Amino acid sequence: MTDFADGEWHRLHRATPLFRGGLAVLIIAGVIIGNFRDRFIDLFFGEPDFGVPSEADFEADALEYLVRENLILVALGGAALVLLLIVGGFWLSWRMHTFRITDEVVEVRSGILFRTNRKGRLDRIQGINISRPFIPRLFGAAKLEVSVAGNDANVQLSYLRSGDADALRREILLLASGARRSAIADEVVPGSEVLDPSGAPVLDATGAPTVAGAAGGVGGLLEDRAREFLAPELDPSLVEPESVVHMHPGRLIGSTVLSEAAVGLVIASIGLAVAIAITGDIFLVFGILPALLGVGWFLITRIVRSLRYSIAATPDGVRVGFGLLSTSNETLPPGRIHSVRVSQPLLWRPFGWWQIAVNRASRSSQQGAAGQQQTTILPVGNLDDVRTVLRLLLPGIATDEAMPLLERGLLSPGGDDGFVNSPRRARGLRWFSQRRNGFALTDAGVLLRTGAIWRALTIVPFPRMQSVSVRQGPVLRPLRLASVHVHTVTGPITARLGAIDREAALGLFTAVASAAIREATTDTTHRWRASAPAGAAPAAAPAPTDPTGAPA
Amino acid sequence: MTKQTEAREATEAHEAHDVPRSIEFDGTDWQRVSPKYITVDIVGYLVFGGIMTAAGFIPYWVSGWQPSLLLGIALAVLFLTVIALTPRRVRAIGYALRDDDLLFRRGILFQRVVAVPYGRMQLVDITRGPIARAVGLAELKFVTAAASTGVLIPGLPLADAERLRDHLVAVAETRRAGL
Repeated sequence: MTDFADGEWHRLHRATPLFRGGLAVLIIAGVIIGNFRDRFIDLFFGEPDFGVPSEADFEADALEYLVRENLILVALGGAALVLLLIVGGFWLSWRMHTFRITDEVVEVRSGILFRTNRKGRLDRIQGINISRPFIPRLFGAAKLEVSVAGNDANVQLSYLRSGDADALRREILLLASGARRSAIADEVVPGSEVLDPSGAPVLDATGAPTVAGAAGGVGGLLEDRAREFLAPELDPSLVEPESVVHMHPGRLIGSTVLSEAAVGLVIASIGLAVAIAITGDIFLVFGILPALLGVGWFLITRIVRSLRYSIAATPDGVRVGFGLLSTSNETLPPGRIHSVRVSQPLLWRPFGWWQIAVNRASRSSQQGAAGQQQTTILPVGNLDDVRTVLRLLLPGIATDEAMPLLERGLLSPGGDDGFVNSPRRARGLRWFSQRRNGFALTDAGVLLRTGAIWRALTIVPFPRMQSVSVRQGPVLRPLRLASVHVHTVTGPITARLGAIDREAALGLFTAVASAAIREATTDTTHRWRASAPAGAAPAAAPAPTDPTGAPA
Repeated sequence: MTKQTEAREATEAHEAHDVPRSIEFDGTDWQRVSPKYITVDIVGYLVFGGIMTAAGFIPYWVSGWQPSLLLGIALAVLFLTVIALTPRRVRAIGYALRDDDLLFRRGILFQRVVAVPYGRMQLVDITRGPIARAVGLAELKFVTAAASTGVLIPGLPLADAERLRDHLVAVAETRRAGL
């Protein structure tokens, strides 16, 4: 559809400098010209009266000075030069800002004097976000952000034509998915061989996709079919996938009103009203007004952002959309969710609402309502929505068989329900949640259930966890308790379970540690479309080497 | 909670005297760190504790108010206790190279055991402070994508640390996984 992904250098949308702050310059220029208009007309058509000191402002004085000193041409020339420099700079920055997408990397070069060059590996992509800020959106432009793991480690392509951005996202995801032979061949790690189903080692990296069909073998044939099937014209994802969760405005507003921030706002307002009534000092308002405005703005932004929330499954991962005026629409490829927390603020409980947040390897420094969107996957939803979203996010864990277990993890008051809970002697440490505070293991992940008042269920898929620790301090030891912490990438979620039985904790630790090793070696989600051939080759699992070389 | 479970828990509590309470891993072949690290740790705490204790005496020195002497004394006692426990604390540090993961433990009062699959390694750091360098020791840090993993093995002889680093890098290479 686009030829952007052909490995050559391309340029961005021509209006890019305007969208990237140039618009402000135009507006300022417009304002200046607007203000000087009368003066210009006066200058050329009117009778100049220089001697009279007027109430004119500084600009006018300066202009008079220029005319008086006969410097008008110099000034005009200077202005033209400045304008030329600005326009030239914009043009140059646009010209120097190029990007290319090869089979392995997405790369951006920019800057006139200080050149920057940013490269992101396609197999490390954590998500692709297409955002359309309000003004560029009016002009049909969109920003494409490829996020790779790390803090603000985004490769930005801003701006592209809207349609191009959508098509390019599909193409990048297709390249990243490992659907192409060359991409698969790159995955051959030293010390192991990836075999295609015919048994021949895939070693010939056919760089040009056109000759991939000639590579022969069943794998090559399958790939040809796959590429045909996924060819842009036939791409099923061209049809905008329908959201599986519908955001009801009533629920959204209700959940916002009943959120902790809103309740705090109400309490602060009441406190303020009382204070004013008692002291009679109306100026107290100004002391607290900024905070009130801030919280109020946050709540309104939350509602506006989430009004057109959508979530849908695409062949290349989950697509989450937010925004009313400025929209953003992010695709999370499979296996990029490091942990999931389903939680319920206390006031949402009568309505059965839940929210879902995730930990991701790429983090944005954006905070508040804008930054939140990166980790909040479901702002509010009922149990059905939670089920649907969990199925999308964690297809390996939220299976039909495991669903009752997950539901007990959310709703159950505790007891003998498939979770291993804190023993009775932990009551002193978990006053209300001792019966509920527990864990359960599935084949693909670990579920940590906490909180009787603020109920939450944290799910960590084994292929994504980094390490696991068990701890015991002087309070837990006499009670024969311990706590277990499953480490994932940094995010809003901490997967920690405290005050569980020592034996159970050690059992959990051992089970999680071995499951993590088992799952990490068989997991191929980072090349999700390549998973079929790679999964067929057990050789992909590395042979354990003898650790005798270890120091004594 | 039924009566039976209560009864069971009661017996459990009764028997609790013979069952282990701390988190020990039987049958794990722990590699211990060099005893020389005790010196390093003590010197470190002496310097840090000395400065803190001296700072603790400042209120008394400035005001001359007798009770403020307690702050300095309390700090001195605290740091002396910490220093006295150093040999035990250092002996409690251990690591074990299992087939597919690294096990690391530390702490006596606050025990912590971590298991990190080799494939999760992002990088290995070797650092050497001035005191550690004087006695030929180094510190090895195993970094994963999770900030909370916190595997920091102190008190390794430099040669061992370098060998361990090379070994970890080698095994991580064969077991590399996605993020």
